[in-house]
Amino acid sequence: MGDPLRFRDDDPAEEPAVTLDAFLDQSNSSAVRLEAGEDARALLPHLDHISLIEIDFPRFRDGRGYSSAQILREAGYKGELRATGDVLVDQIDHMRRCGFDGFAPNAPIDPAVLEASLNRYQYRYQTAADGAVPVWKLRHG
Amino acid sequence: MYRYDKYDQSIVDARVEEFRDQARRRLAGQLTDDQFKPLRLKNGLYLQLHAYMLRVAIPYGTLDSRQMRMLGHIARKYDRGYGHFTTRQNVQYNWIKLEQAPDILADLATVEMHAIQTSGESIRNLSSDQYAGAAADEVCDPRPWAELIRQATTFHPEFSYLPRKFKIAVTAAGEDRAAIRLHDIGLKLVKNPAGELGFEVYIGGGMGRTPFVAPLIREFLPADDLFSYIEAALRVWNRNGRRDNIHKQRIKILVHDLGQEEFTRQVEAEWQHILQNGTNVPREEFDRIAAYFAPPPFETGLSEELDRSDPDFAVWLDQNVKAHKAPGYAIVNISLKPVGGIPGDATAEQIELMADLAERYSFDELRVTHAQNIVLPHVRKADLYALWQTLDAAGLATANLDLISDIIACPGLDYCSLANARSIPVAQKIATRFADLGRQRELGELKLKISGCINACGHHHAGHIGILGVDKKGTENYQLLLGGSGAEDASLGKITGPGFNEDGIVDAVERVTDKYLELRDEGERFLDTYRRVGFDPFKEAIYG
Amino acid sequence: MKILTGNDLPTGDVIWWTGSGWSRHVEDAVDVGDKGEAILHAEDGACRVNGGYILDATETPEGPRPAHIKDRIRALGPTVRPELTLKPSDPNAGSWVI
Repeated sequence: MGDPLRFRDDDPAEEPAVTLDAFLDQSNSSAVRLEAGEDARALLPHLDHISLIEIDFPRFRDGRGYSSAQILREAGYKGELRATGDVLVDQIDHMRRCGFDGFAPNAPIDPAVLEASLNRYQYRYQTAADGAVPVWKLRHG
Repeated sequence: MYRYDKYDQSIVDARVEEFRDQARRRLAGQLTDDQFKPLRLKNGLYLQLHAYMLRVAIPYGTLDSRQMRMLGHIARKYDRGYGHFTTRQNVQYNWIKLEQAPDILADLATVEMHAIQTSGESIRNLSSDQYAGAAADEVCDPRPWAELIRQATTFHPEFSYLPRKFKIAVTAAGEDRAAIRLHDIGLKLVKNPAGELGFEVYIGGGMGRTPFVAPLIREFLPADDLFSYIEAALRVWNRNGRRDNIHKQRIKILVHDLGQEEFTRQVEAEWQHILQNGTNVPREEFDRIAAYFAPPPFETGLSEELDRSDPDFAVWLDQNVKAHKAPGYAIVNISLKPVGGIPGDATAEQIELMADLAERYSFDELRVTHAQNIVLPHVRKADLYALWQTLDAAGLATANLDLISDIIACPGLDYCSLANARSIPVAQKIATRFADLGRQRELGELKLKISGCINACGHHHAGHIGILGVDKKGTENYQLLLGGSGAEDASLGKITGPGFNEDGIVDAVERVTDKYLELRDEGERFLDTYRRVGFDPFKEAIYG
Repeated sequence: MKILTGNDLPTGDVIWWTGSGWSRHVEDAVDVGDKGEAILHAEDGACRVNGGYILDATETPEGPRPAHIKDRIRALGPTVRPELTLKPSDPNAGSWVI
C-alpha cells in the first residue's frame, strides 16, 4: 500500500522543498515551496527541472493556492503538486481537479470520507487540470 | 425554460448526498462549527437569530409551476407555512432544522432545484431581468447565457474559496431591471455595428459597506468568449484580492485599489492565458441551452381590447401590468407588498395559488423579481380580468408596483443575526402612512429600500429613498438616504444627516415626499426632481 | 448578570443555559458569573450547543432579560409575527422586547 494521500506512481522527492526566494537564487534545487500569496508564474521558466512543488494553505478558506496549482498545470508542469497546511477532507476533491496530486495536511484525514468524496461526482461542468471531460463535451459526443 | 438532463441531475443529486454526509459529520461531532460553517454556507444554510435559514436558488429568477409548488410544500412541511422572496430573486425559509436540511435538498432535487452557492464565499446564483423573454425592449433573451454561466460556475474548482462572495447579473434590455452596475460583474447584451451579439462588461460594483457603481471594463466582449473572460476576472481577483480584512475583500475594492485601467490590463492579460486552455463553452452547447428558452407558442390574432369598467381592475392594469413583446399578451406583476404586510413573504397557500395561475394563464412560467415580487410573464390580455379577480381574492392584487409602498426590505433584526435594526416594522409603518393608493399614485414612481445593517441586502444605497438601520448605543436608529438608483441611471444615495427613531424616520420620509410635490415640474419622478434641484432643499425640509 | 445562549445543533432552536442543561426559555437562564467560557467550551465540544456566547442580562421578577435588543428578539421570536413567537397566545408577551 502506498501513501493514500499521494496520487502518483513515481517515488516522492527526497530533497526538502526550499522557499521561492531561495529557489530563484540557486535554482539547482528540484523542490520548492510556494506560500499562498506568492506568484506561481515565477516558477514557469524552471518547470522542467522541478519534481515537487508544495503549495501551502495557511487556512482552508484561503483559496489562492487553487489558482497557483491551475496555473502550474496549464503551463505543463508534470511533477508532484502537494497541498500542505490546513487541508481538510472536504477540499481535496476540488484540489485534485486543480492538479494537486499529493497532500500533507496538518490534521489526519479520514480515509473512508475521502474515498466517498473522491467518488461522489461522476460529472463535471468545467475543464480543469485533472483532464476530466466536461459535461458540455459529453453532451455533444 | 431550461430542463435538467442526466448530467445536471446527477450533479445536483451528488450534492445532496455530499451535504447529507457533511451534516451527519457535524451532528456526530466530527466537524467543528468553524469547519462546517463554510460547507453549509456553500449550500445556502445560515444560522440566524431563531433557527437555521435555508436560501434556495431560483436561477435568474425563473421557475415553473411544479417548482413553485415545491416551494409551497417545503414551507408547509419543513418550515412554518411561509417563504420569503429575496432581493436576489431567491427564496428563504426561516425555521429550518439542520437534521432536516438534507431531506429538503432531496425534495428540491426532484424538481430540478437546489441551494448550491446561494451563500458563502462563492459565485452566487445569477440574477437577471424578470421580464426576460417577454420584454418589448430586449435585444434577445439573456437567460441562455445566464444558464450557461450557472453551469460553468457551479463547483468551479479553481474558485472554491474566493476572497468573498461574487454576484453576477445579466440583462439584455435598455431598461436595467437587474441593477447590473451594482454587481461584481454586470453584463449587458448588446449588438455591435456589425450586428453581432456581445456584452458590455461592468466589473466592481456593489453595495454593502463601501458601495461602488461598476465601471465599464470592456465595451464589447464577443458572446462566445463570455465564460473565459469571467474566469480571467475571477482569477485576477482570487490571486490578488485582499484576504486580511473581510470588509475589503470584494472585487470592487481590488478594482478601486488597482484603478480601472490597471485592473482592466490585468484581466485582459489573464484572458489571453485562459483563451489557450479552451474553457469557453462551445456554440453548439449554447445552442442546446438556448433551445429550452424558445418563446412559448403564443397565439396570434388575439384581441388587444380590455374592459376597464371595473375601476379597481383599471388601476391594477395601469400599475402592475407591463407591455409584452407578443401582441395580445401582457406581463403581470404580483405584488408581495400588501399594506402592513411583510415585504416578500408569501404563505404556502399563496405560493401554490401563484403556481396554479402560472399553469393556467402564463405558459407555466413565473419569475421572482429583485424587488421581491412575482411575475407571470406571458398572460393573454383576454385573461387579465379573471386573473385579477383570483389574485384579489387571495390578497395578491395590491396595485402598487414601483410606488412608495412597494418597499424592498431585508429581513432585518427580526430574523437576521447580522442586523442592527429591524427593517420590516419600518416598511410596515411607511406603507401604512401612505396607504391611500391615490396618494401613492400622485407621488408616482418612488423606490424606497430599507436595510437593517450596512451589508445592504435591502439595497438602501440604490433607493430613490433609502433607509439604513444602525445600532445607536443599543437602540435602533435609522439613517435616511436620497438619490440612489439601481436602474440604467445607477447612482448611490447620499445620507441626509443625523438619524431618526422608528416613528421619526416615517415622518422624515413624508417631509421628503411633501417637498417633492412642492418642487416637481410636470412629468418629473421624485428622482428627477432630486437630481434637478439637488440635496439641499430636501435636507432643509427634513431638518428645518 | 452574565447568561449563556446559543442554538441547539440539530434543530437550531434558541437555547439558554440553566445551570445543568439548556432550555428554550430565557426565564430559565442562570447567572454563570465568570464560568461562561468554561461551560461553553465543554458544551460546544459535546455538540450540545452551536454558536454559543456570553451576554449581559438583568434579573427581573419575571426572570432574566437580555441587555441587548438582538438577544431579547432571540428570546421571544420575530416582533412582526407574534403568532410564531414562543408565546403566541399572549398578546403582551413582547412588551419587554423593544
